[in-house]
Amino acid sequence: MKPLYWALAAAMLLPACVTINIYFPAAAAEKAADRIIDDVWQLQDKKAAPAAPAAETPAAQPAP
Amino acid sequence: MKHIIFGFTFVMALLLPLSAAQAAADLEINTPAISTLKSSMQARHPQLAPFYSSGAVGFSRDGLVAVRDAAAVPLAQRQALNSLVAAENKDRNALYAEIANGNQHPEWEPEIRATFAKRWADKAQGGWWVQDGSGWVKK
Repeated sequence: MKPLYWALAAAMLLPACVTINIYFPAAAAEKAADRIIDDVWQLQDKKAAPAAPAAETPAAQPAP
Repeated sequence: MKHIIFGFTFVMALLLPLSAAQAAADLEINTPAISTLKSSMQARHPQLAPFYSSGAVGFSRDGLVAVRDAAAVPLAQRQALNSLVAAENKDRNALYAEIANGNQHPEWEPEIRATFAKRWADKAQGGWWVQDGSGWVKK
């Protein structure tokens, strides 16, 4: 019986490791892309800034 | 013994999605190399913007910029335009690679590029040209 459990545990762990290695954080990548594009195109002043409090904009904006 | 193995399996099953979620938290984009590339592209943007508006340059689906209508540019300016586009693409390629490397996943570069291609196109102003699956489209 014991080897069966080990086999089960191994069967669960092995694909999980592979999954983590190839896992691509799509949402984080999109957020990163947006931040870089906004910087490159200087879009912050044209669009309402996203709710994220960590603003790196050097321009001093009046508090909302 | 059975309990221990069951317990181990259960805890691992709980932890695995957790570690995956942690990896998803954020991408590191504040490295010196990325900042340098960003300022270089930012400084170049005012020179490129008129070409985006005239349709001479568009956003390709591989996350780069491309001369799509050289005829929209006077002959005398074409060499300068080509250099500008080449410099921009060099920065963009370096940026995608740098983000992938900076996050210890060089193999993510194609997905990062694809994400950027989509976001450049989404954020492009009206009148600018973007390349979708079938060809060039004016926004």
